[in-house]
Amino acid sequence: MVTKTLAQRYKKRTRHRGLSGGPDKYAGYVFVAPWFFGFLAFTLFPMMMSLYISFTNYDMLSSPVWVGIQNYKDIFLNDELFRESVRVTLVYVLLHVPLRLLFSLAVAVLLFKTGSRIVAFYRAVFYIPSIIGGSVAIAVMWRQIFGSGGAINAILLKLGLIDRTIGWLGNPDTALGTLVILAVWQFGSPMLIFLAGLKQIPESYYEAAAIDGAGAWRKFIMITLPLLTPVIFFNVLMQIIRGFMCFTEAYVVTNGGPFNKTLFYVLYLFQKSFSYYQMGYGCALAWILLIFIGFFTVIIFRTSNYWVYYESEGK
Amino acid sequence: MTISKKLFSKILFHAFLLVFSFIMFYPVLWLISSSFKSTAEIVANPSSLLPSKVTFSNWINGWKGFGGVTFGTFMLNSLLVSSVSTVLQVAFSALVAYGFARNRFKGKNILFTIMILTLLLPSQILLVPQFIMFSRMGLRNSYLPLLLPTMFGLPFFIFMIMQFIKGIPVELDEAANIDGCNKYTIFGRIIMPLLTPALITSAIFAFYWKWQEFFEPLLYLQKADKFTVSIAVKMFADPNAGTDWGAIYAMSVASIIPVLLIFICFQKYLVEGIATTGLKS
Repeated sequence: MVTKTLAQRYKKRTRHRGLSGGPDKYAGYVFVAPWFFGFLAFTLFPMMMSLYISFTNYDMLSSPVWVGIQNYKDIFLNDELFRESVRVTLVYVLLHVPLRLLFSLAVAVLLFKTGSRIVAFYRAVFYIPSIIGGSVAIAVMWRQIFGSGGAINAILLKLGLIDRTIGWLGNPDTALGTLVILAVWQFGSPMLIFLAGLKQIPESYYEAAAIDGAGAWRKFIMITLPLLTPVIFFNVLMQIIRGFMCFTEAYVVTNGGPFNKTLFYVLYLFQKSFSYYQMGYGCALAWILLIFIGFFTVIIFRTSNYWVYYESEGK
Repeated sequence: MTISKKLFSKILFHAFLLVFSFIMFYPVLWLISSSFKSTAEIVANPSSLLPSKVTFSNWINGWKGFGGVTFGTFMLNSLLVSSVSTVLQVAFSALVAYGFARNRFKGKNILFTIMILTLLLPSQILLVPQFIMFSRMGLRNSYLPLLLPTMFGLPFFIFMIMQFIKGIPVELDEAANIDGCNKYTIFGRIIMPLLTPALITSAIFAFYWKWQEFFEPLLYLQKADKFTVSIAVKMFADPNAGTDWGAIYAMSVASIIPVLLIFICFQKYLVEGIATTGLKS
């Protein structure tokens, strides 16, 4: 009796396993199908369409007119604003990504060391700006806080650091800076990733280092930092890609001004496509952005061999 | 001697963190307190955190909205779009994640690679063609353009849920298989219930992102009665539209209340979710 059921079970088991037929033969495809459909309809097809449109002039009223590489030529040769937007975006990314990561790492290390209950409170306080930071409400608030009659000016006046109000957002030298501060303010999510990474470093490493007489700083440089490099790598990559795509903040806080000093790339793309209805031009800008981001990603991956430490390889 | 020294450094440390927390949180506190200030006080004393006299008129005026549409409608619109989108995104992402994590099929590696690549794809490249597509289909001023592109599963969530599934012992699947379950019933009865934490984390993010989405609603929604909260706040705060700053602050606060509430209720899931995606990639 028992042997029979076992045999039956074994039969069933072989029938259901792998690609050997039965209802499970196509299960993988069925499960993956929704994503694949979405990918074809709303990613691949639009991408191909975008590539085609980028070689045309198209205003959505008349049909597209093929112009070859004219849009790309115009962008690279004659477009002053394109160059400005690339410059602004690069400066923004190169300023806010390192600052944000430095902040998040420093705070994560501080919080990790305390280890008491109150850490949960700090963690929440530091993380909340990250979750609300992308909203229009926060962008509007930022515009007001940094306005001439805003809170920042009032505080600086009270402290005696300035003697008259500064138009932070209207001044070409400071406008981009306010957006960088807004970005650095949202250091919460990389901080959480760093905190989780710190938890994974075995306590025994530090104990061994302590026996060898290493101080806190030396422990940080020799143990914490190398073991965190994979996490740092992930953060750098994600932050840079997101930095290139920044839109809401620039659109709401400064709308590209003053004198295009905060004309982020995606904002420029938006203006060309949806204010001037130069869809072909906009698509060409989008493809250039894609190639740009791809290029950056490859570079970051290439350099990772030199500075990212993977424990399994190291030993 | 050493004990008092230790205590001193501990106090210094917490004092530093407290001051830093205050600076970090100041803008949020400022926004909340400004929503209860009178217009005169907003102008006269912009940096204070305590209104000299608490007034609710900003909230009452703000809630009236504009164009004959109250702020309640905007909130409901956002709630509708975000909830529907969240449920679909998470359900489909879980299905797809299971497909990739626990099934063998031809072409799986290629499909998986494509999915990971789309993680890095800037969504802006799709905006113009999607806009043309949806306009041709006559879907402007409807919520479908906000739902369709993401509802069939988001690579970010698929990846996160996959990592979670990998932590579930395969023996569970095998045991269920021996008991006569096929892949579909294994997913429904065994995996799905175990996935709850990952699903909650995904749901929170899905909701947040939809709730705060700005670019897409800006492109597609034209009539005030269809506006989501983010568009409403932007329209409300347009320099040429309104100067009732108190009301604008009040509605700004209103628009982030749901986000904060969810954070307070589900903090644990968020913190753990972020940790897993960041570490296991």
